[in-house]
Amino acid sequence: MKRIFATLIAFVIALPAWAEIEIEEVTSPGGITAWLVEDHSIPFTALELRFRGGTSLDEPGKRGATYLMSGLIEEGAGDMDARTYARELESLAASFSYNASDDSVSISTQFLTENRDEVIDLLRTTIHEPRFDEDAVERVKAQILSGLRSDQTDPNDIASRNFAQMAYGDHPYGTEGKGTIESVSALTRDDVVTAYDNVFAKDRLYVGAVGDITPEELGALLDKLLADLPETGKPIPDRADVTIPGGVSVVEFDTPQSVTLFGHAGIDRHDPDFFAAFVMNHILGGGGFESRLMQEVREKRGLTYGVATYLVPKDLASVYLGSVSSGNDRIAETVEVIRNEWARAASEGVTQKELDDAKTYLTGAYPLRFDGNGQIAGIMVGMQMDDLPIDYITTRNDKVNAVTLEDVNRVASELLDPEGLHFTVVGKPEGLETTN
Amino acid sequence: MVRALALSAALVAATPLIAKEGHEAVTTFTLDNGMDVVVVEDHRAPVVQHMVWYRAGSADEPVGSSGVAHFLEHLLFKGTDTLAPGEFSATVAANGGNDNAFTSYDYTAYYQRVAADRLELMMRMEADRMRNIRLSEEDIVTERDVILEERNQRTDNSPRALFGEQMSASQYLNHRYGVPIIGWRHEMETLDMEDALSFYQTHYAPNNAILVVTGDVEPDAVKELAEQYYGVIPANPELPERVRSQEPPQTAERRLTFKDARVSQPYVQRSYLAPERDPGEQEKAAALFLLAELLGGSTTSYLNEKLQFEQQMVVYAGAFYRGVSLDDTTFDLLVVPAQGVSLQEAEDAMDQAVADFITEGVNEEDLDRIKMQLRAAQTYARDNVDGIGNRYGRALTSGLTVEDVQAWPDILQAVTGDEIIAAAREVLQPEASVTGWLMRDDEVTQ
Repeated sequence: MKRIFATLIAFVIALPAWAEIEIEEVTSPGGITAWLVEDHSIPFTALELRFRGGTSLDEPGKRGATYLMSGLIEEGAGDMDARTYARELESLAASFSYNASDDSVSISTQFLTENRDEVIDLLRTTIHEPRFDEDAVERVKAQILSGLRSDQTDPNDIASRNFAQMAYGDHPYGTEGKGTIESVSALTRDDVVTAYDNVFAKDRLYVGAVGDITPEELGALLDKLLADLPETGKPIPDRADVTIPGGVSVVEFDTPQSVTLFGHAGIDRHDPDFFAAFVMNHILGGGGFESRLMQEVREKRGLTYGVATYLVPKDLASVYLGSVSSGNDRIAETVEVIRNEWARAASEGVTQKELDDAKTYLTGAYPLRFDGNGQIAGIMVGMQMDDLPIDYITTRNDKVNAVTLEDVNRVASELLDPEGLHFTVVGKPEGLETTN
Repeated sequence: MVRALALSAALVAATPLIAKEGHEAVTTFTLDNGMDVVVVEDHRAPVVQHMVWYRAGSADEPVGSSGVAHFLEHLLFKGTDTLAPGEFSATVAANGGNDNAFTSYDYTAYYQRVAADRLELMMRMEADRMRNIRLSEEDIVTERDVILEERNQRTDNSPRALFGEQMSASQYLNHRYGVPIIGWRHEMETLDMEDALSFYQTHYAPNNAILVVTGDVEPDAVKELAEQYYGVIPANPELPERVRSQEPPQTAERRLTFKDARVSQPYVQRSYLAPERDPGEQEKAAALFLLAELLGGSTTSYLNEKLQFEQQMVVYAGAFYRGVSLDDTTFDLLVVPAQGVSLQEAEDAMDQAVADFITEGVNEEDLDRIKMQLRAAQTYARDNVDGIGNRYGRALTSGLTVEDVQAWPDILQAVTGDEIIAAAREVLQPEASVTGWLMRDDEVTQ
């Protein structure tokens, strides 16, 4: 059968002793590109659509509009009000879920093969003809406001808000994408429509599909679903400067355990040293029970249930972030141990054995991620958004293995800044005070 | 297609079911020493999940030692005769795998996810720590601090979790489900080596365990390895019967208010003592499962239709039923009032809506839609064999059999609207209920 669209590249990815994941790039007749893993063993498909920009596209003074819009997409479309729409979706036994983060709005779907055409009709109506009825706007606003009220007295949310504000200042990253009680209360239907126009466009669209669907079927589906979207959306904002100073900030909150976020500027996904930093982070605080921080803070001293660090390379800024919680009477010791480990890794680096163990784990555990159609669809979209090549999965472990002890130790000394490390502590910590 | 196992009858106590095309590829058997084995195949990726579930959870703990089941779970990551403290997880990691464990009222489970060709190593280590842990006083002291910080994080820092503890404690007059899984703090603080080892020696044995292996494995090969590593461990002839003090008839409606300065969004929760899924007798539980779906399972459910859309009294309504449980469970309702609506008004509206639902009877279209989704869920479930394995582990540690697990989908499909209403009338009795209000503590300024 003649394919009416171009299949550009097909890679068979054979990891040693691991699964073969065949990713195919499919371009529809209408010019929409998607990555596909065709697998007919279970009669359903997972389809992931992601639009770059996310809540950072909020207009000035309209914080929370994109998040509200993403919650309203499923509240009625075409000639269906919210309740009719919900019944229709349930009767098809498909799932559509929506997520608005700093950098993207995603629509994650799964649907059975037996009624795929009906599901895609409904999804097309959802994306192209959302109603944003006034009563739905008010109802969903009330739900978001209820959540925001809860967040106000949740120590984890308080810590996140304070850290983000200090790290990013006036950039959209500096406030929560959900908005504030004040900003959300003031949002109108017009703001929601503007947010919709800002987000949904072809110039920022990334697609992944996994499951019981052929490239031909996917091509037709993509055109039906997405070809009529506008070409361009709102420009992506400028990059953020990470401005957080070293030290401690205490947010007084009457709760028995101090919730703490710590971090400083990080490293970009495309930095040549990213893999060295990735391996270094695994050794310091990124991996399970074996990381230095878990050993020192939990296993040796019993100061916490969990401590972890993360490289957070966002589209417009990168931070190196960690989280930990200890009782109010013990958090000061926890902070001291973490700062000491930060300094020790910066000055002494890591050992060859730590590096070897980290590589064994990271390369061995990589294939464990590819477990399920929806999971794989999400990973493929993430790869596209990070501008990674379609054969990345085959080369990724080589990049990890290529990291040398010299690389890790150089990056540790450059990236880790014990003086610049900031701790945001929410609780009633004993022996800790705000330093700046 | 039938994949029959060629096994000698002497080695296998039961081989009840083999995969059919298009269904979950599940094989089960029992080792000579009484250890049950469940294998769920998925050959799409060469990954395996290896789990051991013990029929021992917090509700099996002795009086005064709440939290010891979970404490012991942590201590199993310390040493054995052949593994140094921490070496278990370090070895899993060195093989590119992840491992962890979890504890509930009726079970404790340990698992590793790893490349399929490392299954034997996982079994060797897991079988080792079934009987051979070695603990030092330092392990006890440090890990006790860790579980106290875990309690801080999960419970003491969360007014919702503290409220939930009070709800359960009020619901159960005599059963151990009224005690939190993680334990009461004052008892956790006293847990010692003897408490942990006593629980270990009583409950950790092959005849009290279920091996669940999911992923890229062949049942024959799993069986061979299981016999080699687990089959050689002697059964514990002293294994106690799981007898817990049961609930007496509940005859008094209970109410509580939990006030905390950290509450910003008050809500009303109602729980009713309810029957669980019993072996060979799951029909009433199936009706309660569907009742929860119809009342509060989604935005189209009855409580949301009435309270969220029509009356605009609540921002959220939900109904929950946890059917997999060894003893009496609960059926729960929850409403979060809209701004300007009091907890009393929200509670009254909820009660009125439930009463109206019972009077009106089940809308057949709604029921059909839910049944359609449950059928589809069986297809989606095959994308996650670890989830299927967990379903078996939970069921088999909660008094159910493999046959019960496999009969459950058809039992759900057969439930009628009348049966659902009958179950609602029987279970939603005020005398067997607790109503809780989670409230702001307005006397404390923030």
